[in-house]
Amino acid sequence: MIRLSIPLRQALARLSLPVLIAAAFGIMLLGKADALLVERARMALADALSPIWAVVQEPVQAVRGGLREAEALWNLRTENARLREENERLHRWQAAALALEAENALLRRQLSWVPDPAPAFRTARVVADAGGTYARAVLLGAGPNHAVRKGQVALDERGFVGRVTEVGNRSARVLLATDMNSRIPVVLEGSRARAIMVGTNGSRPRLQHWPEGTPPRDGDRVVSSAEAGAFPAGLPVGTVRISEGGGVEVELFAQLDRLDVLRLFDFGLSGILPPEAVARPEPRARR
Amino acid sequence: MARKGRPQPPMGTLRRLDAAARAAFPALGIALLLIAAVVPVGAPGLVAALALPPVFFWSVFRPAAMSPPVVFGLGLLQDLLTFAPLGVGVLTLLLVHGVALRMRLWLVRQGFTVVWLCFCAVAAVASAFGFVLTGLLDWHMPSRVPALLQAGLAAGAYPALGWTLGRIHMAMTRAEEGA
Repeated sequence: MIRLSIPLRQALARLSLPVLIAAAFGIMLLGKADALLVERARMALADALSPIWAVVQEPVQAVRGGLREAEALWNLRTENARLREENERLHRWQAAALALEAENALLRRQLSWVPDPAPAFRTARVVADAGGTYARAVLLGAGPNHAVRKGQVALDERGFVGRVTEVGNRSARVLLATDMNSRIPVVLEGSRARAIMVGTNGSRPRLQHWPEGTPPRDGDRVVSSAEAGAFPAGLPVGTVRISEGGGVEVELFAQLDRLDVLRLFDFGLSGILPPEAVARPEPRARR
Repeated sequence: MARKGRPQPPMGTLRRLDAAARAAFPALGIALLLIAAVVPVGAPGLVAALALPPVFFWSVFRPAAMSPPVVFGLGLLQDLLTFAPLGVGVLTLLLVHGVALRMRLWLVRQGFTVVWLCFCAVAAVASAFGFVLTGLLDWHMPSRVPALLQAGLAAGAYPALGWTLGRIHMAMTRAEEGA
């Protein structure tokens, strides 16, 4: 170790805080200038820590499961009544669906319709919250030889969740539809009007840019649009809700506050490029 | 400090390890806390809120273990873990550390409640600072709710964290004086 005189050491100690504050500004500039380097550092750290998070996740999941169980037991009676009523309704729908399916099959036979191939998907577990204070994102733990790519679409068991923006060796980050930087082209299923769903960091994204004359109505179903080639058409997204202030919002089908396993779909779409080409979808590997 | 009648034992490997563990505990403890806080439990902004109380506490009560480079490293870890704009957490924590150092001679003589109230003010300013900085770096204003939530979480977490850390700090001081 280098021996320094006491005054010199004191001077160095007094200087270290201002120097480091200057270095913090330097890091800020670096983060702005070289987004790719920062992204690599982040994913390397996430890769290293995702096994630890996967282990920590177990007791957390157990506690959450227990809480959910207790809640379910508490609401058993009302839940049962609701389910009975819903079951009645769904029986009627099932009859309608069977009739429509038969009719559909008949019409397809007559038209020699070429069906879309069923998209391939893989599942991954949510291990960490990768959003921080001002963003909404989750980190997925994936095996060492995963085939997760940027631009893949993530759905939970109910509907659209977000898309993969960063990929590491053992982990991947999914930007949620509620994040402030999320812009999803959608279609209102009733009127076939196109719109953009804009994240606000709140629980309900806002709808913008619908065509004049076809305002979204409360309760309209919202599905994804194939506009711009970023998403396949028809993925279930949510329902339109008009807020008290008159704002048009989307209540998502997906339960973003309790994500545990996500399905990642590879639709092989090239998509639009985000402002920095960091989250550019990679081309699908040839098979 | 050696007491009368007990000769100071020589600096053996075990004692050296003991001292090293004591010196490293604050930084390592915060790092582990941050890593554990990322596990999703449904409270966004938890990581940034949990970093503030221990950094403030150790800067006031044990500044030797919480030097500026250590704070810098913890801030960097926070920024990388939360995917926040790089540098925001670093700068916020460094400024909190600087303020705590300025106030420490007065703060160490105060009771728990006064320290907590001072921390609440510091946390509010730090959250507002992080909010403005994030807005400047991303070039659009984020909503104010997460910043308020972060300040509230930090202020609410301080009593529990501060009490635990205070116990640990007293145990460490006793061990140092008894050795």
